[in-house]
Amino acid sequence: MALASSMSRASHVMTYRLIGVTTILAVWEAAGASGLFFRGVLPSSILIAKSFWRLMGDPVFWGHFGVTFFEIATGFGIGSVLGVAAGLMLGMNRYTGKVFEPVVEYLAATPKVVFLPILLILFGIGVGSKISLAALSCFFPMSLSLAAGVRAINPMFLRVGQTLNLTLLQRIAMIYLPALIPPLSTGLRLGFGIATVGALLSEIKLSNKGLGHAAMQAYARFDIPTMLAILIIIFALAGMGNYLIGSLVKLPGPDSSRRIKSPS
Amino acid sequence: MLAIFFRPPPIIARMVFFTLLFGAWEIASRAGLFSRFIAPPPSEIIPAIGLLYSDNELLIRLLRTFGEVFAAAGLGALGGMMIGWWLHRNKDAGEAFTDWFAALAAAPLVLLFPLFLVLFGRNASTIIAMGAVSVLPPVILKTKEGLDHVPQVIINVGKTFGLTRWQEIRMIMLPACLPTVFTGLRLGLIFALINVVGVEYLIGFGGMGLMIAELGDRFEIAGMYAAILFVVLCSAFFFWFTARLESWLLQAR
Repeated sequence: MALASSMSRASHVMTYRLIGVTTILAVWEAAGASGLFFRGVLPSSILIAKSFWRLMGDPVFWGHFGVTFFEIATGFGIGSVLGVAAGLMLGMNRYTGKVFEPVVEYLAATPKVVFLPILLILFGIGVGSKISLAALSCFFPMSLSLAAGVRAINPMFLRVGQTLNLTLLQRIAMIYLPALIPPLSTGLRLGFGIATVGALLSEIKLSNKGLGHAAMQAYARFDIPTMLAILIIIFALAGMGNYLIGSLVKLPGPDSSRRIKSPS
Repeated sequence: MLAIFFRPPPIIARMVFFTLLFGAWEIASRAGLFSRFIAPPPSEIIPAIGLLYSDNELLIRLLRTFGEVFAAAGLGALGGMMIGWWLHRNKDAGEAFTDWFAALAAAPLVLLFPLFLVLFGRNASTIIAMGAVSVLPPVILKTKEGLDHVPQVIINVGKTFGLTRWQEIRMIMLPACLPTVFTGLRLGLIFALINVVGVEYLIGFGGMGLMIAELGDRFEIAGMYAAILFVVLCSAFFFWFTARLESWLLQAR
């Protein structure tokens, strides 16, 4: 009985999702054909799919893709390392956290793209300014997530570490890192999304290569199907990165509950 | 005594840190360690904030940006709360779409701005639409969460008193879910500010974002730094103010 009810619920949910997708597509096609917008502004989904397949076989597109991928990966790597270091410092030392964490929080709430003019002066219009904006964007969620994670560690674990005379490195390897897998995963996922935004927005503003530049070129040619196909690819890249990081950070993490059991 | 000297109150330590940082920047810039065209000394940047007011219509640009932020937040909040309410009322729809909206909350939505640029053109509508889209996911998710967590016992009390549907919404559901919904609204407001200023800068239209772009294009470096500093201070104040409002609301509850 319960199984039948749960299967019926699952089929209802699936029906809703199918209706959702169909409605979005139907509204898109109807709006495009309605004449409410300029011709070609909302192209048919078939045209977008054709542009998508054309891009898949275009080596120029893959060149842009490679540049963007490199910028995001490098910026994300630099921002994550710096963010983890800052997060550990803010979280492990209560006083340092009280002094600097509000500053990091306030800066995290600012639009990072406004720093782009400074980064353009410092690093030029090449990949340097894109990588630096991606790293800067990624730094804040990473450090705040880690700092909150460090503070949430059961103090009993830290006292056990003190009793066992663990060195700082041993405490990081045996207590902090295993307990920090969940906030690390959250910080990495948020950081990746924001690093993607940082790299792409700086490409859109001023660059001569990358997916953001390719999308704006398509916009300038009024080749809207290609522009939308590139946007879909960018969203797919961000989504896949987010999913992969979530899976990877979960998999190799040592189970802290097995290593140090709380005396509950 | 020594402890107070080495560990002053955090706010004093913060002020000392920034004074030393800006002092070192001033000395390094004046000593010619780096070009004034890359980073002018703070003594040139801070007076430039005054010039932003007199020469660049700072107040009008500030009002324009915040006008766009509140218009975007209003639209996003209205739509978000309606969708959140629907996802709460219709459990199947809630199960089907909540994950989708959670994925949207993590998606780089601001990258959709070229689509809005095509739809609405280079004007305030594009900026407001982009801001509103960024407000939607947090408001939807927090509205649903707030309504889902209203304790059943107080809903039952309302039923015992024979409240009508509207009275139940006004007297039970809304007050009980308001703090959670406000958390979503606060997140939405911050996302709206980030996206509005970002899109203003990118498309060269609107208020403070446009001001930074113009000063950068004219190579007025001290003014550009002053404008960026002003945007950072405004965002920080906005973040602080909404956080205070949220904690006040939680206490008032």
